[in-house]
Amino acid sequence: MQWRYCSVFSGVLLTASGFSCAVCSHRSRTRIRRRDEGRKRDKIPVDPETLKKYEMGEGINLKKGIRNKVHRLRVHNKEKLLAPMAEEAARREILLTEDYGCLETDAGETTTQFKQRELVENVDLISASKCFNLNLDFGPYSMRYTRNGRHLVIGGKKGHVAAFDWVTKKLACEMNVMESVHDVCWLHIETMFAVAQKEWVYIYDNQGIELHCLKRMNQPTKLEFLPYHFLLAASSAVGGLSWLDVSIGEKITRMDTKLGRINVMTQNPYNALLCVGDSKGVVSMWSPNSHQPLAKMLVHKQAVSACAVHPHGTYMATSAPDRTLKIWDIRQLSGPVENAVLRSAAQHLSYSQRGLLAVGMGNVVEIFKDTHTNLKPYMRHKASWALSDLKFCPYEDVLGLTHTKGFSSVLVPGSAEANYDALETNPFQNKKQRKEAEVKALLDKIQPEFICLDPNAIAEIDVAALQHKLDSKKKLGYVKPRQIDFKPRKTKAKGKGGTAKVIKSKKALKLKAKRAAIQEMRDAKVLIDKKEKKKKPEKSYGVLDRFLEPKKK
Amino acid sequence: MKVKVLSRNPDEHLRETKLDIHKVPRNYDPALHPFQAPREYTRALNAVKLDKVFAKPFIGNLDGHKDSVSSICKHPSRLQILISGSFDGEVKVWDLPRKECMRTILAHDGIVRGITYSPGSESFMTVGDDKTIKTWSCENPKEDKRDEPTNTVLSKTIITAISHHRTDPLFATCGEVCQLWEETRNEPVNSFKWGVDSLHDVKFNQVQTNLLASCASDRSIILYDTRASGAIRRVIMRLRANKMAWNPMEAFTFTCASEDYNLYTYDTRNLKTPVNVHKDHVNAVTDVDYNPNGREFVSGSYDRSIRIFETQKGHSREVYTNRRMQRLTCVAWTSDSKYILSGSDEMNIRIWKAKSSEKLGVLKPREKAALNYSEALKEKFAAHPQVRRIANHRKLPKHIFNARNEHRTITESQKRKESNRRRHSKPGSVPFVAEREKHVVREDR
Repeated sequence: MQWRYCSVFSGVLLTASGFSCAVCSHRSRTRIRRRDEGRKRDKIPVDPETLKKYEMGEGINLKKGIRNKVHRLRVHNKEKLLAPMAEEAARREILLTEDYGCLETDAGETTTQFKQRELVENVDLISASKCFNLNLDFGPYSMRYTRNGRHLVIGGKKGHVAAFDWVTKKLACEMNVMESVHDVCWLHIETMFAVAQKEWVYIYDNQGIELHCLKRMNQPTKLEFLPYHFLLAASSAVGGLSWLDVSIGEKITRMDTKLGRINVMTQNPYNALLCVGDSKGVVSMWSPNSHQPLAKMLVHKQAVSACAVHPHGTYMATSAPDRTLKIWDIRQLSGPVENAVLRSAAQHLSYSQRGLLAVGMGNVVEIFKDTHTNLKPYMRHKASWALSDLKFCPYEDVLGLTHTKGFSSVLVPGSAEANYDALETNPFQNKKQRKEAEVKALLDKIQPEFICLDPNAIAEIDVAALQHKLDSKKKLGYVKPRQIDFKPRKTKAKGKGGTAKVIKSKKALKLKAKRAAIQEMRDAKVLIDKKEKKKKPEKSYGVLDRFLEPKKK
Repeated sequence: MKVKVLSRNPDEHLRETKLDIHKVPRNYDPALHPFQAPREYTRALNAVKLDKVFAKPFIGNLDGHKDSVSSICKHPSRLQILISGSFDGEVKVWDLPRKECMRTILAHDGIVRGITYSPGSESFMTVGDDKTIKTWSCENPKEDKRDEPTNTVLSKTIITAISHHRTDPLFATCGEVCQLWEETRNEPVNSFKWGVDSLHDVKFNQVQTNLLASCASDRSIILYDTRASGAIRRVIMRLRANKMAWNPMEAFTFTCASEDYNLYTYDTRNLKTPVNVHKDHVNAVTDVDYNPNGREFVSGSYDRSIRIFETQKGHSREVYTNRRMQRLTCVAWTSDSKYILSGSDEMNIRIWKAKSSEKLGVLKPREKAALNYSEALKEKFAAHPQVRRIANHRKLPKHIFNARNEHRTITESQKRKESNRRRHSKPGSVPFVAEREKHVVREDR
């Protein structure tokens, strides 16, 4: 009897030749079965709630919409790809590393009862260092975080402007502009920021050097930066709105809203429209493409005191001096979905990335969760001075507050998005990455013409315009243009005559005549149709109709 | 109380050493990627513009012929080699990457009408106006020896084209009749005749290998089967076809280049109507050759331009012109489907890229991914007026531009006349005739 090595196991098991390898075959069979099981397990089931987030609508009705077989097949093949794509994207969520922050209570406790001091005691050291106060003396401050949440710029009413990395507390620049400061705003990167000063808007770099003075934006009150369009928008004390393209340094539009002094202005991050609240209780939405607002909503019976838009562009929160807080559905321009009366009037509103709403009332901040379903306070914080501005920090569970005597940073667990997309915004980017991202963002700059209520309108078909174009083309073929006798007058002045110009004007006249002829034909056709309709007998007797006498008038 | 606040460990988000690549965590949540449609549109527009920036299709030319190039033949298996014949009877063998002539043969008296490789690619055959079929070895002769053909066959009739069978030692020639030859014999094995006095092109089908087609001067295209004794079918068109090419992927499809400025793609199963009419040239089309993938073909024309058509579409996707390039006599698409070769009246053979803005050489994976992405975007937004305008715009030489406008006015007025006639006649007496049916006279069996 010969012995040989079993090929599957590397020389450990010896089996007799001529016999089937009992151990090995058994093992291999189990192995195969296991691999099959593994294949089934490969596809991790996707949570339907998660899947809903990635779904791209119900798709095109192939049975009804498309008549041509070839086109239908083409569209069908494209549609087929979408569902697996959404599923694949949803499945990727398992790779996300970070978890959202949270605040859980034991029996008998409520989340509102916890003070910052208690939170700080219960979190790790790094997070505890994110809760801090800055005592500053230059009057009520305004503030803004960068899009990646790393940098902060604050501006005091009495001229104090400071920019710094608030996580490491490293100061970039600090200065006094010796003028009143109304608002501050970062531009697309953390090396530049705009400051709304007494007369004009100024742009400084992160060393505090004045780069530009924008005299076209005079008497500014509020600033907004639209990062995907590279537009800096400013509202003025005389009711003007202006947009400036910071990538080419050109004014896009400047218009008079006729609303008087604009104190409330915010951007809708979903469609880049500016929401302006006025003294009559109306929020109007402005795009640089039209001199009228694209939409208006009467939200309060009194002046709008604050306005904030959900980062997904679904809801808008507004407040008025009559202590009301309302949540509106701004995709359908309807509502209010929630209507609450607060203890005191809210002057400041801010939405966080995950939809938490901070409401500033005097020196108290209340934070609400689930604003559109169940408006109940989630946390409460009392500052020692009257608030002047508040903003949630992106990608950090932190709320920034400014007041008469400086800035304070407050922990709000679960407010921010945990997992950032490094190709969109990266809190950990270095200088080189920032430069690269800037170039990429500039290449993808959206033209201001695309700012409208529905940002995805560009991907849809304008059926009405297409139909009109096709119809008019069809009509044009059948009409014979009227011969027109045209002799252009002869001028000897340079640049007035020329064969090309004569032909051009002849062509234009011919086209005009053609259009007139088409219109004539159309009118005639309509008339004929009307006449025919009149002629029809009111009652039909079938074959006997011919014996009917025409009715006398 | 249980509290958790977001706190990221920088070690997990920063690279460890400078030699590492940066960490790029992704989150595909649509809320983090706003303005999807306008951003994609902008990218598509940029991609289309970049395509225009990089569109430099001309690579180089092979010059050395002393008269107009009459025919070219690519090697069946090697990309490097090209053979060309000229109107003075000279045949040249070229090294394409070096753009050098490797061998020059004075092959015929008069025009070299056709060149073809034999299947083993050990030899090639040429035919010329001197009624001879000459076989040449592919190896260069020794230095002191003259280039002599390994075999010469004298035909009784003139020969205008030659095409070899894919595998067998069998080739076909055409002239007064279409003849089938065996390599070892000096007499034709078979000859096909169908009441035509002269044929000017013959092509073996390379997939359905016993099928053969030829273009005749009586405006017909005739199909033959090598196993049968006569021709199978023919289709007669309004104007004659100059050259034809079989689709290398669909055995039943061929395209012919017609004298009436158009190209016609036929399905051999139904010759009555062409599958597609390809319009865009403004003068007679002289030659056509398929992309090896069968999706596209290239055509050369008397209007001094080369056009690339997709087989499914009626208009060209690309036009190549050159100020010095004169009337095209022959075109070929190389076997790697990346380049186009064209021979023209002014003695040069030109090499072009098949995709004008394609980057030559090896692509890195990221580069490839980026190109694929922009390709998909271009397709998605192809119908948008801005994108379409930029993608379709071509700078045309004046003579083509003017001729095209003239043709447009002509067709427009014809259409108007027809529609007016239809409007003023009894309904149904002026029927609608599809464009595809206008150009065929009849099909014979």
